[in-house]
Amino acid sequence: MEVPILKQGAFLIATFQAALSDADLNHLRMGLVQQVVRFRSRAVIVDVTAMDVMDSFASRTLREIAHMIRLRGAETVIVGIQPEVAFAMVQLGLTLEGVATALDLEEGLAYLNEKFKTAN
Amino acid sequence: MAKRESGSQVAATGNNQGVNLARTEASSELLRELVAHLRQNRTQLREEWVSRIAETRLLTAMTKEEIFAEATSVYDSYVEALETETFEALQAYARNLSERIIPRGVETHEVVGIVLLLRDVLARSLFAKYQADFKKLNRILDAYEPAANRIANTVAVGFVQERERVIRQQQEAIRELSTPVLQVRERLLILPIIGVIDPQRARQLTEQLLRGIRTNRAKVVVIDITGVAAMDVTVANHLVQTVEASRLLGATSIVTGLSPEIAQTLVTIGVDLGKMNTVGDLQGGIEQAERLLGYKVETLAEPR
Repeated sequence: MEVPILKQGAFLIATFQAALSDADLNHLRMGLVQQVVRFRSRAVIVDVTAMDVMDSFASRTLREIAHMIRLRGAETVIVGIQPEVAFAMVQLGLTLEGVATALDLEEGLAYLNEKFKTAN
Repeated sequence: MAKRESGSQVAATGNNQGVNLARTEASSELLRELVAHLRQNRTQLREEWVSRIAETRLLTAMTKEEIFAEATSVYDSYVEALETETFEALQAYARNLSERIIPRGVETHEVVGIVLLLRDVLARSLFAKYQADFKKLNRILDAYEPAANRIANTVAVGFVQERERVIRQQQEAIRELSTPVLQVRERLLILPIIGVIDPQRARQLTEQLLRGIRTNRAKVVVIDITGVAAMDVTVANHLVQTVEASRLLGATSIVTGLSPEIAQTLVTIGVDLGKMNTVGDLQGGIEQAERLLGYKVETLAEPR
C-alpha cells in the first residue's frame, strides 16, 4: 500500500497507514526526496502512529529519509512512535540517532513552527 | 495338565499376596510397637531431646519454655506421623511452625538439626530397649528409619518452602512500591529510582515511564538516581535504553544524582554516557527542565 504525501503549508506530511512492505518504504523514500524540493518544503513529518511493529529495515529507511532530506535542505521529524515500539527499538539498538522525534503530529508541528519562527 | 498348571499358578499368586500382606502387617505391627514404646517413655525422651537441643546450642533465639512447648508438640506430631504413616498433618504443622519462627531469626540448619536430634534420641532409646534381641532390633530399625527420614525430609522441605514464600512476597512488595512516575509541572515528569535495578525492574521502569510520557504529554523527564546504590555495565545500559526510548517519544531526559562513586565506576568501566544529559542534583535537574520548557521561577517576596 502506498503512503500518501500531503502538503501542509511549508511542510510535507507522510502518514503510515499500517505495516508496510519494503517496496512501499523505498517508494516513500523516493517520493519524499523528490517532492521536498518540488514544493520547496522546509520540513517533512513522518507519522508512524499506526505502526505497531518497527523492524530494522523500516528503522534504517526512516534514518536514511532523514539524512537525505537534510541533504536536500530540509528537516525531518518522526512522530507517533508507540511506547511498546520505542521499547522494542532500543532493545534492538535502533535508536534513530540524529533524527528529531516528537510525541504526535501536533507536537511535531509545534516543534517545527517554534524552530522556524526563531530562525526567521 | 493345563488345568493343573493354571491351578498351581493361582495358588502361587495367592501365596505371593499372602507374603506381601504378611510383610506389611509385620512392618505396621513393628511400627505400632514402636509407637507404643515412644508413648510410654514420652516424658523421659522428650526431656532428653530438649537437653540435647540446649547442649548443641540450637534455637538460641527462643527461650527454654518456648523450646519445651514446641518440643512437646513436635514430639507428638512426630509419633503421630509414625503411627498413621501419613505426613499431611506434620507438613501442615511444619509450615505453621516455620511461619512462627522464621521472623524470629531461626535458621534452616537449626530446624533440620533438631529434627535429626530427635531421630537420634529415639534411635538410641530403641537400641537400649532391644539390645538383647539383635534380630528384633534390626527389624524395628528397618521399619523406623525410612519413616524417620521421611519425617525429617518433610519438615526441612516445609521450612524451606515457607522461607521461599516469604522471600517471594517481599520481592513483590518491593517491586510494587518501586516505580512511581510523577508530574511536577505541566509536561515535566520525575522518575525517582531507588534501590537495585535488575533487568526485570529496568523493563518495568521504562514501560511505566513511556506510558507516563504519553498520557501526560511530557516534553522533559528528570530521572533521579540518588537512591541507586551501585551501578555496573548492565544497569548503565538499561539507563541509556530508557533515555533513548523516551527520546523516540519526543521527550528530553535529564539524569540527576550521580554519586561520586558511581561517576568513578562509570569512568573506570568505560560506559559512554555521552548521549545523556546529566545534572548534579535533583534541584538542578528540575531547574534545567524548567528552562527547557520556558518556565521562569521568581520569588514574589522575601521569605518571612
